Amino acid sequence: MTTRLTVNGAVVDAESDPDTPLLYVLRDELGLHGAKYGCGLGQCGACTVMVDGTAVLSCLMPLLTVEGRKVLTVEGLGTADAPGPMQAAFIAEQAAQCGYCIPGMMMRAQATLTANPGASEQEIREALEFNLCRCGTHIRILRAILRAQGEMQQAAASRPVGEDVL
Amino acid sequence: MALGRTLGILVPALIVVGAAGAYALTWRSSFDPVPRPDPASFDADLVARGTQLAAVGNCIACHTVPGGDAFAGGLAVPTPFGTVYSTNITPDEKTGIGTWSLAAFRRSLHDGLDRDGHHLYPAFPYDQFTLLSDNDVEALYAYLMTRRAVENQPPPNELPFPLNIRATVAGWKLLFFDSGRFAPDPGKSDQWNRGAYLAEGLGHCGGCHTPRNALGAREKDEAWNGGMAEGWTAYPINENSPAPIPWSADALAFYLRNGWHQDHGVSRGPMAEVTGNLGRLSDEGVEAIAVYTASRMGAPEVPDAGPALAASVIEAPGEGQTSDTQTQPEDTDEAQGQASGTQAQSEDAGFARGAEIYAAACASCHEGDRPQPYGGLDFHLSTAVNASNPQNIVIVTFWGLPPADGMASAVMPGFEGVLSDLDTINLLTYLRREFTDKPDWEGVGELVTATRTGEHPVSVRPADMIERAPRNLGAKEEP
Repeated sequence: MTTRLTVNGAVVDAESDPDTPLLYVLRDELGLHGAKYGCGLGQCGACTVMVDGTAVLSCLMPLLTVEGRKVLTVEGLGTADAPGPMQAAFIAEQAAQCGYCIPGMMMRAQATLTANPGASEQEIREALEFNLCRCGTHIRILRAILRAQGEMQQAAASRPVGEDVL
Repeated sequence: MALGRTLGILVPALIVVGAAGAYALTWRSSFDPVPRPDPASFDADLVARGTQLAAVGNCIACHTVPGGDAFAGGLAVPTPFGTVYSTNITPDEKTGIGTWSLAAFRRSLHDGLDRDGHHLYPAFPYDQFTLLSDNDVEALYAYLMTRRAVENQPPPNELPFPLNIRATVAGWKLLFFDSGRFAPDPGKSDQWNRGAYLAEGLGHCGGCHTPRNALGAREKDEAWNGGMAEGWTAYPINENSPAPIPWSADALAFYLRNGWHQDHGVSRGPMAEVTGNLGRLSDEGVEAIAVYTASRMGAPEVPDAGPALAASVIEAPGEGQTSDTQTQPEDTDEAQGQASGTQAQSEDAGFARGAEIYAAACASCHEGDRPQPYGGLDFHLSTAVNASNPQNIVIVTFWGLPPADGMASAVMPGFEGVLSDLDTINLLTYLRREFTDKPDWEGVGELVTATRTGEHPVSVRPADMIERAPRNLGAKEEP
């Protein structure tokens, strides 16, 4: 039995058991190692990915609830050669120390700005509150997200009407 | 739409009553402003007693914007009639109650009038605070007048005509408000009376736990029969309590003090603020409230039967092993007419789907070994799943229990992004059938959609909502 879903734009037929957490499917079956296993209890945010535009904790999401849905992971935001705006901003601000929480941070931020492109700094802080960073680079992370927001808004302003990026 | 219907009744009623009562009732004298009392002039013991009383009254919850200054007001309180903003009750002379004399303060609690003599909207529960003794009013006054003065002018209320005219409240009072102090029942113990005084008056439990009529007044003959608070269901806390294990006075005292109980789970939603504040109260006060409340629920006058009873409830309907979804829950004790229908539905695809989701996403915590409050509650014990209305289990399923800052707390991740509306319905249907002997809920689908979209607004805050406010010094002050 397989479960069909879309991961970073590609249709995938996952063969893992339906009760397998999406995180394990991404990492073990699909080889996407961006999303991290932190606590496994939905309390740290390291495994955050986007499903249908919303940030979810992939360690808690059974594969059976992802059927037919669109998953976006940090790998879907860009590549090492051509990083997307969120990734480029994190690089520019050197927002990582150990980096373990960063993919989750980026996906939570991406979901927040997708839903609310003009989010205030306070709204971004509140949205990110759930995601833990034990190195304490929060100030840089926040700067990176604000930088990404600026670049995304500029890009949106110069983009032809109707073009849909995500 | 509901508002329109309500107003259809409300407007003529209030105009008639308001006109009749206006001459007699609307005009009230003004108390002259006084210089702000010197905080040092209040006796420390009186202030300490006021601290405890303010915790019972949960004043801070409405009079503080989360993250803002304690008691500075400005919190938007949604009502079926419009939005009321809480007032600044710090001793600031310009925007707070700094120029209020004790007499003016007493009148606001007992009769619902501000210092100038304007009627206060009954979102401020003076219909219950009116029971307060003069001594306790004085202690509350001492407490508030020794808080830090904060200059903050709350936004104006957003109420439609004619409700925006405070004189209409005179008509409401004529219909629904009786001013009067608490009268103890001589046939009951001192402790029971103490609890009744705190719970019915300052504690204003009925503010949320009693249903309200079309004019927003408590239904007096349905006292404590369940109501609403910030989008959450406030369960019946009388003999109709839906708790699978009946509450005992001991269990209630523990719950009110700690915000959780082994057989009942954790308090959340607006009740988390209540238990967070009551935890700061003296044991004497909490126990009195518990004794009184337990008697309202019909608790037997016997020692807590807790563990044995818990075991029997857990073992009662179905063994809860989710793998055998073909097995029927033991529904046969239900209304005979429904039995076959329920049985048939139990085999349907939605139920099986719900069982799969439960096994994959819920069971690892909710059937784990961690005790309350950190482990998931066995759903056999869940009041939310046993209640006649699924509102609270919908809220918790979507948004979980946000963690408290800087302290160990109950925590549950939200599943809003994980579960589609249909899967949420499937899961809730499964929980209801598998873990209770109650009939299916009606209208779960509409409720799920309205809650997710915000059409039915709810507040979701961490259990320590008050304490998390960084500048909220008053909230952390010890008695």
